Amino acid sequence: MDSPVMLAAGILGTTGASLRRAALSGAGAVVTKSVGVAEREGHRGPVVVQVEGGLLNAMGLPNPSYRSFQEEIDIGREGGVPVIASIFGATTSEFGEVATGLDADGFELNLSCPHAERFGAEVGCEACNVEEITRAVKRSVSVPVWVKLTPNVAEITALGLAAQRGGADGVVAINTLKAMAIDVESCRPILGNRFGGLSGPAIKAVAVKSVYDLAGALDIPVIGVGGISRWEDAAEMIMAGACGVQVGTALRKPEGYGIFRSISEGLAIYLDRKGMTLEELVGAARRFS
Amino acid sequence: MRPKNAEIVEIVPETPTVRTLRFDLAFDAVPGQYLMVWVRGVDEVPMSISYKDGITVQLVGEATRAIFDLEVGDGLGLRGPLGNGFSLLGDSILLVGGGVGAAPLAFLGEAAKERGIEVTTILGVRCCGDLIFRERFRRIGELVITTDDGSLGICGRASAGLSCLNLQEFHQIYLCGPEPMMADVIGRCRGMETKIQASIDRYFKCGMGICGSCSIDPSGIRPCVEGPVIRADELVGTEFGRYKRGPSGRKK
Repeated sequence: MDSPVMLAAGILGTTGASLRRAALSGAGAVVTKSVGVAEREGHRGPVVVQVEGGLLNAMGLPNPSYRSFQEEIDIGREGGVPVIASIFGATTSEFGEVATGLDADGFELNLSCPHAERFGAEVGCEACNVEEITRAVKRSVSVPVWVKLTPNVAEITALGLAAQRGGADGVVAINTLKAMAIDVESCRPILGNRFGGLSGPAIKAVAVKSVYDLAGALDIPVIGVGGISRWEDAAEMIMAGACGVQVGTALRKPEGYGIFRSISEGLAIYLDRKGMTLEELVGAARRFS
Repeated sequence: MRPKNAEIVEIVPETPTVRTLRFDLAFDAVPGQYLMVWVRGVDEVPMSISYKDGITVQLVGEATRAIFDLEVGDGLGLRGPLGNGFSLLGDSILLVGGGVGAAPLAFLGEAAKERGIEVTTILGVRCCGDLIFRERFRRIGELVITTDDGSLGICGRASAGLSCLNLQEFHQIYLCGPEPMMADVIGRCRGMETKIQASIDRYFKCGMGICGSCSIDPSGIRPCVEGPVIRADELVGTEFGRYKRGPSGRKK
């Protein structure tokens, strides 16, 4: 990859045109919106609400089903960077069906979405499920398989180790933190789904610690995601042990798609100033343990 | 921002299926911008602003049905104003509205008139009973009406109104209405694409440019933040006029 800065799952990855635009804007790889076996329209609105320090969302895994998604991946590939398909399922066999039904440059298993009944974290908070599903997908495809982990557990490293045992090529941490917001005027939860997942600057410190712990416990690469909006955030995540980062919520900043270049250029200038390579920066904070 | 509570202070029936809601709060909005309107317990939907303190709603589905059930004194949660809005350019402009698409154009025309810009309007509706804001448009300049059934004005689509005007006189043309109508107008104004601004309708969910549900093929333009007003030269050769996507992302 030319840039260690990738487009995170669930952000703008609904269409091939968006994936291609992210790639052409400097993303080193792009992850699609999660796709599953059946078409889903997602939760009722509001699906996103701005809260202190970030965003709260409960999109509800809207997707056209993997059967209608290959075209989007192919268009995304015109951007010239790897297109990673984020996939979800309620069971091991559903994950297998989606993975074998798509031709992508890699898969990211969504075992962490916090707000969709029967999917995501409801499956992925149990280490045994993570291991079994990872193993099944690894068996059925020949491209790299990453596992995106939920931070809504006591010990995220237990999930990371399960993914590693299942044969994952890497783990991605973290998905959003369970959260909710209530409208004071009407006493109602604001999100249509009542609760959702918190992203953005508010969760960065949680993500950095998760990445730090995972990088210490695992032999496979860790990809850091959660609250990255400036090159300094990416540097911090990489120093904690991430070998690449993903950006999501920060795409809402006025610079929009320009965020990929601004982060990777900032990182390059920093590495130049320090006389370091990216590889040397990975886990640089770990020697103080 | 969290949704702001707005109390409905007035409900104006415009036609049997269109009504205007005025709120107890006004927005510092550019005409063409929109609000995400949270109908509590039902859904959150985008609505273009038709007055600095109001929206004009057409009954089309479940969320708008719920809006029609509201009374004066009831509240809605509003996020906005969002999006870019129209940009007023030149001394003489043409507005072309279809159906309820007249709503943001009336707001725009009033702002233009205030700045001393000469305004001409074409309003296309199915029948005379569907016409909204006739008086608002009359007050700001010349008004040409077209009806599909010939019950008022020129018989035909909004584009039929173009033939009675010298399009070269206009420095800028503003469109809002059904997509086939706007695509038709753009098609009849070949060579003028850079002077046409169209307010386009897509499935908005987040209203902040991150969910991707409204992205335009093949450019990936996000109408919820980079629109809803898009210059016609950026629409030519895109999905515009051919298809859009539903809530799951599937083309329809």
